[in-house]
Amino acid sequence: MTTTVAPETLTPFPLACSNCGVPHTSDRPAAICLECLGPLEVVYPADRVLPDRDTIAARPRTLWRYREWLPFEGSPVAAKDTGWTPLQEAPRVAQALGVRRAWLKLDTLSNPTLSFKDRVVTTAINAVRAFGLDAIGCASTGNLANAVAAAAAREGIPAWIFVPHDLELAKLVGTLVYGPHLVRVRGTYDDVNRLCAQLADEYPWGIANVNLRAYYGEGSKTMAFEIVEQLRWQLPTAVIAPMAGGSLVTKLRKGFGEFLAAGLVDGALPRIYGAQATGCSPIVKLFERGSGGIVPEIPSTIARSLAIGNPADGLAASRVLRETNGGAAAVSDDEIRDAIRELASLTGVFGETAAGVTYAGAKALARRGALGPDDDVVICLTGNGLKTAEALHADLDGVPTINPRLREVEALVN
Amino acid sequence: MSIPVRLPSALAAQAGGNRKLDAEGATVGAVLNHVVERFPSVGPRLRDPSGELYPFVTVYLNDQDIRFSDGFATVVHEGDEVVIVPAVAGG
Repeated sequence: MTTTVAPETLTPFPLACSNCGVPHTSDRPAAICLECLGPLEVVYPADRVLPDRDTIAARPRTLWRYREWLPFEGSPVAAKDTGWTPLQEAPRVAQALGVRRAWLKLDTLSNPTLSFKDRVVTTAINAVRAFGLDAIGCASTGNLANAVAAAAAREGIPAWIFVPHDLELAKLVGTLVYGPHLVRVRGTYDDVNRLCAQLADEYPWGIANVNLRAYYGEGSKTMAFEIVEQLRWQLPTAVIAPMAGGSLVTKLRKGFGEFLAAGLVDGALPRIYGAQATGCSPIVKLFERGSGGIVPEIPSTIARSLAIGNPADGLAASRVLRETNGGAAAVSDDEIRDAIRELASLTGVFGETAAGVTYAGAKALARRGALGPDDDVVICLTGNGLKTAEALHADLDGVPTINPRLREVEALVN
Repeated sequence: MSIPVRLPSALAAQAGGNRKLDAEGATVGAVLNHVVERFPSVGPRLRDPSGELYPFVTVYLNDQDIRFSDGFATVVHEGDEVVIVPAVAGG
């Protein structure tokens, strides 16, 4: 068999304002509309040819198998092997929740940095290449820092990464090991984010979640695409995801909607549920109020990766939860720890604190009857537990420490 | 009292290309109103028709989001700086 290697070229699709519709005409990426300051979004060609199920199924098992729904014309030039994380059925979780079937979407095993942020960085790093930018950067609560640092290292381009100074050890070391310019900022994520919004105005960098945001966010849709295909082209009835900035639930909604519109799957849009920690739950509170805008908070929770007190996509996320007849749940730090332990004991999966939030949120939703015996539920676990091991450090206090003597084990067994 | 106001580049286009202005006022709202008097097209990009902060910008007094203080009524002092930042970043 002979193969033809296509030249590696990549052209980003253009941007337009999601608020006023005015096209973005600069040849450099931007976060906001110059007319109204509204957020820019990618405009896909209306006449692009979409693949059918068989065509997709024959492609390599990476998120690029859905490339027609990603924001570029041409072939990816970087991070070509991200995505296609396992969807693991979890019958004991289904039993615990009282639902028909339950699956875990395991971005805990994402290549290369064990969180769903590898998806968004895949599109961001390709945007950096396509626009010919000097460096990539980000504001991060940790997982994005890991993913940006790894992608930049692999591409051999500089990375400027800004994080709250007091992140978990594994998030810091798991960034620094790749050799970026890592900067710890005294303040919360929201302080870091504000700084990066200002930096994007000053330096010729592609800041993943600022001026590359329109391209970056589209990578999240691939989680929805994979769920549908891994369920053999079926839709679940309900999906539960964590909320930080609020983008993921909006992109899950968009992804499911795009596969429905393309005729790749039939049925009803899943109900989408979002979970936050009680110590930082501005989107849950907005959803429960039912009107108005985000009221920012100073976060205080062990779920550091979700600790965004002023979520940029909070309003859009709240609307998605409402429009899909889904809902929201906030859970305490103790519930998060218990949920991490229970998830591990029922499924063999060690999720990070955000995964604890999501599973605890699923339990809270089941208790209040939002999930029921007719539901097929997918729980999105977005980060690996090894990244936030500190959350359960105190559990070691109950572990026996012995001398290497048989009788000491016998004493424990008996 | 003269207070420096920093604008993002997208808003500077509405303010004669200025990324940094000096404006007068005793509160954040008064300082911004002074900017709007000089550059009227900045106004609808800072406040919605009901006078509330436009959802796509965040206003800081020094490092503090004014929503954690008294909003536009937050009192400014000599040496303070008002910073306007696009609100779309995050996540």
